[in-house]
Amino acid sequence: MQLVEQLRAARTKKDILLMTHLVLGYPSFAVNREVIHQMVANGVDIIELQIPFSEPMADGPMIIKANQEAIANGTKVADCLAFAAEMAAQYDIPFLFMTYYNILFKYGVKKFLNKAREIGIRGFIVPDLPPEEGEEYLQLAREFDLAPIQIFAPTSTEERMRILARHGAGFIYCVARRGVTGSKTEFDASFDAYLARCRKATDLPLAVGFGISSRADVQILTGKADLAVIGTATIRLVEEKGPEAVGPFIAGLRG
Amino acid sequence: MDKPGYFGQWGGAYIPEVLYETFRELKEVYTNAKADPAFWQEYLDLMGSYSCRPTPLTHADNLSRHFGGAQIFIKREDLNHTGAHKANNVMGQGLLVKRMGKTRVIAETGAGQHGVACATMAAKFGFACTIYMGEEDVHRQRPNVFWMEKLGATVVPVTTGSRTLKDAINEAFRDWVSNMDTTHYVMGTVCGPHPFPEMVAWFQSIIGQEARKQIIKVHGKLPARVYACVGGGSNAMGIFQGFLTDPEVELIGVEAGGKGLDTGQHAARLASQDASPGVAQGYKTMFLQDADGQMRDTHSVAAGLDYIGVSPLLTDLWEKDRVRFAAATDQEVMAALDLTIKKEGIIPALESTHAFVQAFKEAGELAPDQAIIINQSGRGDKDIFTIAHAFDDPSWKEFIRKKGEEYAAR
Ligand SMILES: Cc1ncc(COP(=O)(O)O)c(C=O)c1O
Repeated sequence: MQLVEQLRAARTKKDILLMTHLVLGYPSFAVNREVIHQMVANGVDIIELQIPFSEPMADGPMIIKANQEAIANGTKVADCLAFAAEMAAQYDIPFLFMTYYNILFKYGVKKFLNKAREIGIRGFIVPDLPPEEGEEYLQLAREFDLAPIQIFAPTSTEERMRILARHGAGFIYCVARRGVTGSKTEFDASFDAYLARCRKATDLPLAVGFGISSRADVQILTGKADLAVIGTATIRLVEEKGPEAVGPFIAGLRG
Repeated sequence: MDKPGYFGQWGGAYIPEVLYETFRELKEVYTNAKADPAFWQEYLDLMGSYSCRPTPLTHADNLSRHFGGAQIFIKREDLNHTGAHKANNVMGQGLLVKRMGKTRVIAETGAGQHGVACATMAAKFGFACTIYMGEEDVHRQRPNVFWMEKLGATVVPVTTGSRTLKDAINEAFRDWVSNMDTTHYVMGTVCGPHPFPEMVAWFQSIIGQEARKQIIKVHGKLPARVYACVGGGSNAMGIFQGFLTDPEVELIGVEAGGKGLDTGQHAARLASQDASPGVAQGYKTMFLQDADGQMRDTHSVAAGLDYIGVSPLLTDLWEKDRVRFAAATDQEVMAALDLTIKKEGIIPALESTHAFVQAFKEAGELAPDQAIIINQSGRGDKDIFTIAHAFDDPSWKEFIRKKGEEYAAR
């Protein structure tokens, strides 16, 4: 089943889906393993695995630190692939890779996508690869039935959104505000207008991410978006309270 | 046909979607300015009245005699207002910011020269200004930090990554993705996403235009070779553009050899075997990175050359064998600096001195009726702490010690 169909099917049973995120190798693969177990056990619908990169240009302080420390701990791309293979084999929910383009480019885009498909990864989020630069990636993703998730931003025009949507699959990642990951998002009237523009531009499910950290945030998005993306909040939680705090946090976000 | 923003296979615009519109606007303003002769005239007038253009071409007769080969000429970008070629780019982008109606500028800086130039431009044009600077560079270029702050800029020390130029670029982008409605990012060199490499090269082409006329006037013909140091590559592209279409002029880019190419502690992308193709900081070029694509730590005594990537324009010219690359070590730089100061009474920046090193190695190979040009991208005043430290200067140390005691006693 294609990712989009799988998400639509899941959506018929839930008012909003949850996508969570973690940085591979931070603080360790052992903690990643425990966190993912807790996420899946508490109903997370899809998980973004970020392969660390030394220059995470679109990320805020918390995720920068996670990237840096993961690399300093000796996390290699090969370790991330092996770990992702293990997770994809163990759990039924879809897993995506999130990373910067150089990780794919250096490995070889075709080789990387082929490997990702083999180990059961369902799609990619590559924030520094606009479709204009990603011809090879987009074509191979289609060929390999991987979803090249496209990103909408509040600064995107409607025309631009339609172009992006044409290249996308799976869902659209709507960045909730300007800026980098981590800081708080205000869900005001201009946010509603933005989401309405997103909705008009595509039939794909809409995920909203950047600054979503609480049950109240998820409630605001329910009925407006199909997926809520929890990123920095769980990384911070693991740091402050340990991996065992993740389960109750996730369970409390919905319902 | 190359894709727009590509030079051969290098360049591009690997930008997050949130900046798509910002870049569209920037490309439009830049394209219109380029097509408008009045804009370039306004730029020339500004550089003539506010900076020191045209900058002189100095015949270094003592050095020429010393090496007994080619006549050595020095293009004096150090005599620009703020002491480096960075002013050429910054004032040009400042005029574009006025056209865009933005009110704030941000920039990365390594040596602090671009930061000072940017803060100066902001003061003159009435813009708010924030400068991102790696913490390591804040320490080694302290005089420039002082002047940026005096000029009214906020200097943010960057503590992520290797705490040098590349990390300052990342932080500047992080600011920009939040504040693009009011803010222009004044990229300091011929790197980053399209249109920056092409646009910055355009503003810096003023160096080569002048140098070509000047050398023909004083020497009667074109130079045999032109040397420039290469950090991101803006002063090099600036002067090289005056001679790109003259195949008889050899162009030499000099990178930071740091502690030696075989130590791994250098910033030589094209002169060493250590770099490989990659995509980072918005563009594709040869990067100093590991097998996974993680950027490596670089080293140079010159903060402005201490960088992982290099201009896509230069990588293309290197690949096409139009520009030759060499590296100068920290140690060679100190020796060449000392010689230049003593023989000519000229104090080049540590960055610029890299070009002097290679020119000195080769001057003797050429005949006295041949000329070479060294692009002196900046002046060395900013490096007083580093240079005094490297020469282990006793009276300077005594002075610093006394100053420290004086402040401690208060
Ligand atoms: C005096 C001077 N020269 C050279 C450079 C290197 O930059 P580029 O290679 O862009 O000229 C710098 C950068 O800070 C500089 O300050």
